[in-house]
Amino acid sequence: MIRIANGQGFWGDWLEAPVRLVDQGPIDFLVLDYLAEVTMSILQKQKQEDPALGYARDFPPLIGRLAGKLKEHNIKVVANAGGVNPTACARAVLKAAPGLKVAVVHGDDVFNRVDEFLGKGYEMRDMDTGQPISTIRKQILSANAYIGAFPLAEALDTGADVVIAGRSTDTALTLGPMVHRFKWGADDWNKLASGTIAGHIIECGAQCSGGNCQVDWQNIPNMADVGYPIVEADPDGSFTVTKHAGSGGRVHSDTVKEQLLYELGDPRHYITPDCIADFTTVQLADTGPDRVSVRGIRGGPRPPTLKLSISYTDGWKAIGTLVYSWPQAVEKARAADRIVRERLAGLGLCFDEIHTELFGLNACNGPAAPPNPDPPEIQLRIGVRGQDRKALDRFTRELIPLVLNGPPGATGFGDGRPPVREIVAYWSTLIPREEIQTRVEVIS
Amino acid sequence: MKQPLGTIAHTRSGDKGDTSNIGVIAFQPRHYPIILREVTPARVKEFFGDLVKGGIERFELPNLGAINLLLHEALGGGGTVSLRIDAQGKTYGAALLRMEVEVD
Repeated sequence: MIRIANGQGFWGDWLEAPVRLVDQGPIDFLVLDYLAEVTMSILQKQKQEDPALGYARDFPPLIGRLAGKLKEHNIKVVANAGGVNPTACARAVLKAAPGLKVAVVHGDDVFNRVDEFLGKGYEMRDMDTGQPISTIRKQILSANAYIGAFPLAEALDTGADVVIAGRSTDTALTLGPMVHRFKWGADDWNKLASGTIAGHIIECGAQCSGGNCQVDWQNIPNMADVGYPIVEADPDGSFTVTKHAGSGGRVHSDTVKEQLLYELGDPRHYITPDCIADFTTVQLADTGPDRVSVRGIRGGPRPPTLKLSISYTDGWKAIGTLVYSWPQAVEKARAADRIVRERLAGLGLCFDEIHTELFGLNACNGPAAPPNPDPPEIQLRIGVRGQDRKALDRFTRELIPLVLNGPPGATGFGDGRPPVREIVAYWSTLIPREEIQTRVEVIS
Repeated sequence: MKQPLGTIAHTRSGDKGDTSNIGVIAFQPRHYPIILREVTPARVKEFFGDLVKGGIERFELPNLGAINLLLHEALGGGGTVSLRIDAQGKTYGAALLRMEVEVD
């Protein structure tokens, strides 16, 4: 049996979580998931400004902080902290923790290969819209292939203490150590599916161990010290989800079910680079306090393609807010919205979209929100997006004047004009997997 | 007897692009057939009204006593493009708990 713990569900997750996982009890592998789609484009921009950047900058100081204990307890770290510059990330880790052996997985970054792919006749049509990528070619910021668990296992096979990848899938971070330790084959579909689903359960950190849990949430203990999840994995593919004794939170079939359903599509076809996992075969059992056993998982052959995640610029957006107080807060906010729209139209400004929400009435859920006929205050929230930066800049000047020249009772303008932000949109497409060759490099 | 869905189920929701998914999980095995009968794509579409512009798909996970709903074109373009406060549909699952279902 091996223990694999997830100490980071995204870049920005709780900084103390990985430290506590190492301190509070035994683990064999610490996996850290830093990458969301938005993260790749941010990192690509940072790398363009400084060739030594482009990775998750929280990661090297964390490894520096943990280095002694990683060695003492023989804990291996697997992270997709490399972003678009895993080599620079590895160098920063070695600087922070000189005694560690670091392995890097290369090959996911295809930013410089887009024209090569176009030349080979791949149109790289968007999986949702069907548009060819030529329509946004000049706007591309980053392009990465999702890579699976086998390159990570190969990196662990080198004896590395820390494995740094770029755009590996979230689930591969957990499956990789299992493939490495249990020597699973590339066609052990049921086992690979088990490890994939284990990865899905823990990839969002505490979201399977009491965080964001609806069931009995008021009574989940000691959330200030919430325990991050641990998978105790066996060579046959079965595993138990748990957390360290004494930590806060809760691991129960309810918390695990909620996370199993999180960001799920077709449950019979959960497609990864390693296999296709079938979530309808998962069998859960509560086997003790904070222990859920998971078994029975079946899977099928991996697809002949890999998914590319491409980010590109798509205009600008800004969101402005004002608060209207009782009485008639809703009516005042609606009147102010009409005035802003009339003024924008009068200025001849063009936007792709103007979207208004009344925060405190129904901003989150629209028609599905419970009725709230006379709220004590409402935040008017007007968002615009478009291709003309100047029109966006002008929009940001149109809310604050309403404090003096609009309906009565406006406040909450203290932060001034809202910022105009560049929109980074996403393009998903498929490429034959033979095009992506990964390579492991040990850096010392 | 009509009751809110939240009396027999819990939910979690998230996003993939402009699609929101809501997992609906029965508290007890006896509640699962009620969810299958009551929480239909048509009812969910009606409940969310113009918040959801596209269609609704439903998948069954009897092993978990759960269904997975995919609400297409439900997030104002999704991700970074969306101007909505809940661009990831994080709250949609909780919202669905208010939907009235006929409980035997």
